[in-house]
Amino acid sequence: MTGKSRDNYNENYLNYVKTQDPPTQHLKNCAAAFGVGGLICCIGQFIRYSFEFAGFSGDELAGLTSVVLIFLGCLLTGLGVYDRIGRYAGAGSIVPITGFANSVTSPAIEFKTEGWIYGMAAKMFTVAGAIIVFGVFSGVLVGLVYLFI
Amino acid sequence: MKKGNTVFFKKPPVITSFAAVCGSKESEGVLGEFADITLVDDMYGESTYEKAECKMLSSAIALAIEKGGLEEKDIDVLMSGDLLNQIISASFAARDFNFPFLGVYSACSTMSETLLLGAMLINAGYVKRAVAATGSHFASAERQYRYPLELGCTRPPQAQWTVTGAGGCVISDKGNGIKIVNGTMGKVCDFGVTDVNNMGAAMAPAAADTIMQHFKDTGTDADDYDLILTGDLGALGSRILKDLTWEKGYDISPKHVDCGEMVYKVIEKEFQGGSGAGCSATILNSYIFTKMNAGLYKRVLFAATGALLSTVSSQQGESIPCISHAVQLEV
Amino acid sequence: MSAELVDILLQYLKAFIVGGGICLIAQIIINYTDLTAGKILVYFMLAGVVLTAIGVYQPLVEFAGAGATVPISGFGYLLAQGAIKGAEKGFFSAITGSLAAASAGVTAAVVFAFIMSILFKSRTKRN
Repeated sequence: MTGKSRDNYNENYLNYVKTQDPPTQHLKNCAAAFGVGGLICCIGQFIRYSFEFAGFSGDELAGLTSVVLIFLGCLLTGLGVYDRIGRYAGAGSIVPITGFANSVTSPAIEFKTEGWIYGMAAKMFTVAGAIIVFGVFSGVLVGLVYLFI
Repeated sequence: MKKGNTVFFKKPPVITSFAAVCGSKESEGVLGEFADITLVDDMYGESTYEKAECKMLSSAIALAIEKGGLEEKDIDVLMSGDLLNQIISASFAARDFNFPFLGVYSACSTMSETLLLGAMLINAGYVKRAVAATGSHFASAERQYRYPLELGCTRPPQAQWTVTGAGGCVISDKGNGIKIVNGTMGKVCDFGVTDVNNMGAAMAPAAADTIMQHFKDTGTDADDYDLILTGDLGALGSRILKDLTWEKGYDISPKHVDCGEMVYKVIEKEFQGGSGAGCSATILNSYIFTKMNAGLYKRVLFAATGALLSTVSSQQGESIPCISHAVQLEV
Repeated sequence: MSAELVDILLQYLKAFIVGGGICLIAQIIINYTDLTAGKILVYFMLAGVVLTAIGVYQPLVEFAGAGATVPISGFGYLLAQGAIKGAEKGFFSAITGSLAAASAGVTAAVVFAFIMSILFKSRTKRN
């Protein structure tokens, strides 16, 4: 980069482009996100009650609930349904744990054409890998902080 | 002869035959009637989307040659390119044919660049017949440039939809058909747009620059053309292009049509319309050429636009340099 | 209506409002910035870790149940909670505690994604 291209930057043009942007439908987006997100949490609550009724409790109960939700997320991704929900609900389907399952499953399905090892397995965490990395790192930090205070 | 950035052809090369292949979604629109092959299955009987894209491109090339009553030995050179890394679709399609291949990369403006280069080679007398072709596929572009197909993310309202399709044409030194009278080589324009979803806004300055350069070099105005056809600016980019040219004293709006805007039947669902190399290639090689041969349009300025970015450059925060090449077509 | 049923319905309502509310905050952030899905997931997970570490998230989980544990911030809560519990046992558990607590989720995601990739292939989209 010579830095010369920066001279061509046209602030006026960028501001003008902003005025031409099609409007985001805030109300519709937010309502869909709230509704779908809330619904997924209610499904989670239902699964939790079901396992509680079956006699599970504590960490096992929380673990089983998330396992079932992740299974549902993976299955709907495989069936090609989850991306439709995502297009409609936005953050409502990204933020719940099912969205995490979707972000693991979709590259796995997508890149299996490049082989099982370098395609499916290696690309599986292209999106979700960041969550594991930052999650583990911040978890260790929290553990150390609590150890020394 | 060259004036400014425009080359004028002493003996205008002729587009003698053309062919287009389009996907199932595209066949619902104007392409359904005018394309030669409309796919029912976007896999085109192949195992991957990249192979399907390659097969579409090679079908379009083979069909363009066949429709002109020609054989492989009549063709001197193939010029082609596409959107995938290392232009694999074009190179892989070229191995089906027994003539030389020149690979060209100019993103979505590949169609106008190959037309321009082919016309230059023919006018200079180096070759007699050249094939210009390009194509794109929604699924292969999506997985290379954006996200896996099944990832549930929202499309921003500025986004465009990559066209599944391929188009090609045979340019010849003599014969009947559409003449390539002159062509304007574009400059790379970068106004600093970094939003990869807003291709229309990134590419509009390049289109405006090339079109106005063309007007200046040829001494023409928008009124001298029946149609000013841009590649894949989409609805938003087209508005910006009209504003940019209006500012410099050219009113192109009565004559301007964008391939991206006309390719789909319902534009609302695709937000701003179609994009990709296949967008201008399919529309030009079916609808526009058919209508020109029928005498509906006599003089068309075709200026396809391309965004010269990669996933690496956009992740490193670079802005999007864009290019546009124009060719003037007459019957 | 028995008091128990009212309790259960109330719990669903709380889960809906808190869970939906977390998604709503994410949607507002997406609308006003150009953050992509991957970044949103990381930021919300980190928010869950930090809020748990300062002791804010635990009461929310007790109040809303699945409404607080199902969003990705609940994954952060799980990690931080594991680390905090591990820290009580000693140095080694303080480091391994977070991932051990989240092991069920990560294992499930890997195993099910593997199975789905065998069973299905990606489809091109029409809209």
